[in-house]
Amino acid sequence: MSGTHVSTTINGDAVEYVCDVEETLLDVLRNRLGLTGAKEGCSTGDCGACSVTVDGRLTCSCLMLAVEAEGHEIGTIEGVANGSELHPIQQKILDHAALQCGVCTPGVVVAVKALLEKNPDPTETEVRYWLAGNLCRCTGYDKIIRAVMDAASEMRGS
Amino acid sequence: MRYEAPDTIDAAIAILAAEDGIARVLAGGTDLLVQIRSDMIEPDLVVDIKNINSMRSITPENGGYRIGGAVSCAEMGEHADLCAQWPGVVEAAELIGSTQVQGRATMTGNLCNCGPAADSVPAMVAAEAIATIVGPNGRRDIPVEDMPVAPGKSSLTKGEIVESVFLPARPERSGDAYLRFIPRTEMDIAVVGVGISLTLDGHGTCTHARVGLGAVAATVLLVDDAAKALIGTRVDDAALDKLAAATSAACKPINDKRGTIEFRTKVAGVLAQRVAKIALDRAGK
Ligand SMILES: Cc1cc2nc3c(=O)[nH]c(=O)nc-3n(C[C@H](O)[C@H](O)[C@H](O)COP(=O)(O)OP(=O)(O)OC[C@H]3O[C@@H](n4cnc5c(N)ncnc54)[C@H](O)[C@@H]3O)c2cc1C
Ligand code: FES
Ligand code: FES
Repeated sequence: MSGTHVSTTINGDAVEYVCDVEETLLDVLRNRLGLTGAKEGCSTGDCGACSVTVDGRLTCSCLMLAVEAEGHEIGTIEGVANGSELHPIQQKILDHAALQCGVCTPGVVVAVKALLEKNPDPTETEVRYWLAGNLCRCTGYDKIIRAVMDAASEMRGS
Repeated sequence: MRYEAPDTIDAAIAILAAEDGIARVLAGGTDLLVQIRSDMIEPDLVVDIKNINSMRSITPENGGYRIGGAVSCAEMGEHADLCAQWPGVVEAAELIGSTQVQGRATMTGNLCNCGPAADSVPAMVAAEAIATIVGPNGRRDIPVEDMPVAPGKSSLTKGEIVESVFLPARPERSGDAYLRFIPRTEMDIAVVGVGISLTLDGHGTCTHARVGLGAVAATVLLVDDAAKALIGTRVDDAALDKLAAATSAACKPINDKRGTIEFRTKVAGVLAQRVAKIALDRAGK
């Protein structure tokens, strides 16, 4: 099959790839670009492990064809830390032990970052609704919520 | 599979009309991608409509709003004036999926996918929404309730695209609301969904009402008898009892793992009462 050429931006860098039309953005990130932070939990939009942003909007990369990325700006977990310096959300997840297996964690971090950019001072209820599409089978969610509230507070400088 | 992303609706129609195999419009892809990945359908062609600028906006028109076919549900929720005029339609659209799904999913996709439990459709039916369809034979407008003909099957013909959904102007003292029953608080398929829009006169008597009912029949229903139970009343307890009875009577549900026939029928009436009270409250503000 002849591939389709796609020009896009990933974490601020211009990226070009050739892919099959059937491939999802998640397939291409993981299998062609070596960006394996986004995970495939379900491939049906239910678990959020594959979360990325598209033009700043939170999206399941498993529900998007890789060809749809043409001309758009993709943000993945690989772009969240500043070199070896963790983003406050990542640091707080560690501090609160808000992960066990870690499969959900990249998706949670990308989702929380998108939330706090839109709403720096969310209520716990808002956080829980925002993260309803990020399933975690290990933590029972509570530690994740604590970590998010703490990260939000630190990022507001309070 | 071929993928095309034209930047005009005319080009999209021409590409769809010329395809001999299975062709699908791609809006947010939150239904279509799942269907393709699970081999439910194997399209030969998908036509992405998100590069068509004229389909990407929410535009005021004759006192109402025209919502382009490529507008995401999240964008609807961010439009303050639309939320003020049609809160019930927006709250229904915003119930679709997670934050991630919201950012891609469109209300038009929800309509065209023709799921019996599609959340935004009962609210659109209550709102008297009109779907504007463009195809090889020109343009036509249909009431949204005429879109689904069977589960997963729409009344669209080859090459047709829903360009936009129009939510009409509404008189003063009007309100609408949508509620669904699901076993969880988020991310589930409606067991029953009810949308109601109503208008009051200066004395608080209901002069106009529409009731849309989802997940209890093969297609979303417009329930005239339920609306009649409200019209001419002050939406008091007696009217609400009649509303519940008429709503339950309209149900033709199936038994499945999420609800029995008896449960769905009963809950439809209860939900209709709750929705009417919210719509009434909004109309009074
Ligand atoms: C995790 C998850 C949770 C979900 N939760 C809900 C929920 O709570 N409630 C609910 O109702 N739905 C839910 N859905 C289903 C889905 O998200 C909605 O039906 C959504 O509105 C579909 O819109 P879309 O733009 O993504 O449609 P697409 O997938 O792009 O298209 C759906 C269908 O409509 C056709 N179509 C789309 N646009 C047009 C057009 N303009 N003209 C002609 N045909 C068109 C397509 O060809 C396709 O057949 C969920 C889906 C997922 C993955
Ligand atoms: S892999 Fe995309 S939502 Fe689960
Ligand atoms: S830490 Fe294992 S799924 Fe969340």
